[in-house]
Amino acid sequence: MDMLFTLDTGAGFWNPVLWILGAAVAGVIALILYSLGEKGYRKGTAQEDPFISGNPEPEKGLVHVRSGNLYWGFLDAMNGYYRRLVPLHTGDLHDYVLWYMGMTALFLVVVVVFR
Amino acid sequence: MIPPFVIENSPALMVIVPFVAAFIAPFSGRVAPALRALVVGGAMAITSAITLLLASDVYAHGTRLYVFGAQAATLAVPPDSGGIPVRIMFTVDPMSALMLVITAISAFAVVLYSLTSERHHSGLGSYYTLFLLMVTGILGMVSTGDIFNFFVFLEILSIASAGLIAFRIDGGVAVEAAIKYFVLSTIGALAILFAIGIYYGEYNALNMALIAQRMQFTLLDQLALVLIIAALAMKCGAVPMHFWTPDAYSMAPSSITALLVVASQASLYGLFRTVFSLYNIALNAACVGWLIIILGVLSMVVGVTMAIPQKNVKRLMAYHAISQTGYMLLGVGVGLAVLGNQPLLDAFGYMAMEGGIFHIINHAMYKGLLFLTAGAIFFRIGTYDLNKMGGLGHSMKWTMIFFIIGALAIAGIPPFNGFASKLMIYESVFAFNPVLSVIAMVVSILTLASFVKVFHSIFMGPVLPEYKDVREVPRPMLAGMGILALVVILFGIFPSLVVETLVAPAAHALADQGMYIAAVIGGGV
Repeated sequence: MDMLFTLDTGAGFWNPVLWILGAAVAGVIALILYSLGEKGYRKGTAQEDPFISGNPEPEKGLVHVRSGNLYWGFLDAMNGYYRRLVPLHTGDLHDYVLWYMGMTALFLVVVVVFR
Repeated sequence: MIPPFVIENSPALMVIVPFVAAFIAPFSGRVAPALRALVVGGAMAITSAITLLLASDVYAHGTRLYVFGAQAATLAVPPDSGGIPVRIMFTVDPMSALMLVITAISAFAVVLYSLTSERHHSGLGSYYTLFLLMVTGILGMVSTGDIFNFFVFLEILSIASAGLIAFRIDGGVAVEAAIKYFVLSTIGALAILFAIGIYYGEYNALNMALIAQRMQFTLLDQLALVLIIAALAMKCGAVPMHFWTPDAYSMAPSSITALLVVASQASLYGLFRTVFSLYNIALNAACVGWLIIILGVLSMVVGVTMAIPQKNVKRLMAYHAISQTGYMLLGVGVGLAVLGNQPLLDAFGYMAMEGGIFHIINHAMYKGLLFLTAGAIFFRIGTYDLNKMGGLGHSMKWTMIFFIIGALAIAGIPPFNGFASKLMIYESVFAFNPVLSVIAMVVSILTLASFVKVFHSIFMGPVLPEYKDVREVPRPMLAGMGILALVVILFGIFPSLVVETLVAPAAHALADQGMYIAAVIGGGV
């Protein structure tokens, strides 16, 4: 039983069954809390409409947040990093070969120097 | 129940069956497409069964030798050979067996998926020929005990892969990606061939065990080591030689991309086999270990950070594949760095290697699954552009569930398999150098963030008008994804069983050069 489920990770251990049991208990608690919530909710009625300060709801397709709008802040904050990293990915085969050759030369220096 | 002939000749059969089927497939397709499907599906099922049979035999009874053309399949050193193992041979130890298991599961899932996902395309005769040759190449690479044969199988794999990357043509972009892959692969293969020439010139041998036994670590050996490390690190997509990976992975059909992941891992296997089995403590293990660790850290960080801004889902996943390869390089690199120090090896070195090797099999399963889900999306909506997707969770529920399983596994979220291997890497690498472990954890968080974005972009939101008629993909495609998802879940729930049965023997076989040599030469020439 122990051999089946408990993984020795060197400094500690990992037992997925314990984790699943814990998650199940948390799920049951969440369900109980959910069942204590608003009883008057009716699916498919105006209760489901979003309230946008009284303005009419736009078309569904227009409110979907597309991929390009996600993590704008992260990418902006990391602008300096990306400004240097992205241009290295030129798509030019000559550059690919040069990187490979350069790294081979570097490996050779390291391996020979630290032989 | 299983004929003894099959068990005895399983190393040869697992390569011969797909190889022969590769050339029958186009002819059978001329008779009827259904016959071709039967030939390809049947050949892959038989190959996977034989491969798993061989792997289980290796795990039960130890390293298997198969000498082609010898009086007995295990006669590595004939009496009249001057003590040199002259024939081509397969040396399947537990590390090879692990790679065989990966290939058997992935290739079978992929062929099941392909039979439906590609059915409307033309040129399927060539597609399946190249597919089966890819499988032959991978199986040969991870089984051979002869370094020239390794080169031959690498070439079979590279040529077949290049053909399949270009398969969709796609206005020439896929062909361009294939040319880049092919040129780099050819240069890498030439470097490996040059290294093989050095070994042959120095040691009069092509057998890896004999070369390992005679290894002097001269300047020429150092040159050969560097040529092989650089070529195979490039082939497995290690940063900064990774540039071909997003191009090739994104342009190949998704089913092929799932197999390209396994192909890259076969190169990773070659890298590990070279440093551990050919050189081992003959080289400065700390120096080469750190070299591999640095490649791993660069791959993890650059891979994940380049993935985040991607708009094409397959390019994004390709960068994540690079990032995950970094974990494997990190784990096994730490094991190599302490290879000459038995107390450190026992304290955390083996654990790091086991984590890295466990991550190889985990990554093949969840990344294969993720690429197949990307293919399923493309199958229905015809685009990989994340900006054009949304709301597909309403109509492709099974694909969404499979994506969630793959995404949680790659992000290292419990209880999926990626968590178990990453935890082993974090803890063992922490004992070696805490900074490396922290970097690995941060990369995992960024991976989760990236896949949250992908999940939202593809599946969340209202049903978009342009996709209101989209349906779930056909059942055979779901079955292909389901096999990999099932493995991801089972490996996550029973990590200890997998590590004890498959991974730990592989790590010890890799580290123990003496055992590898003895299995072939039997204690000395």
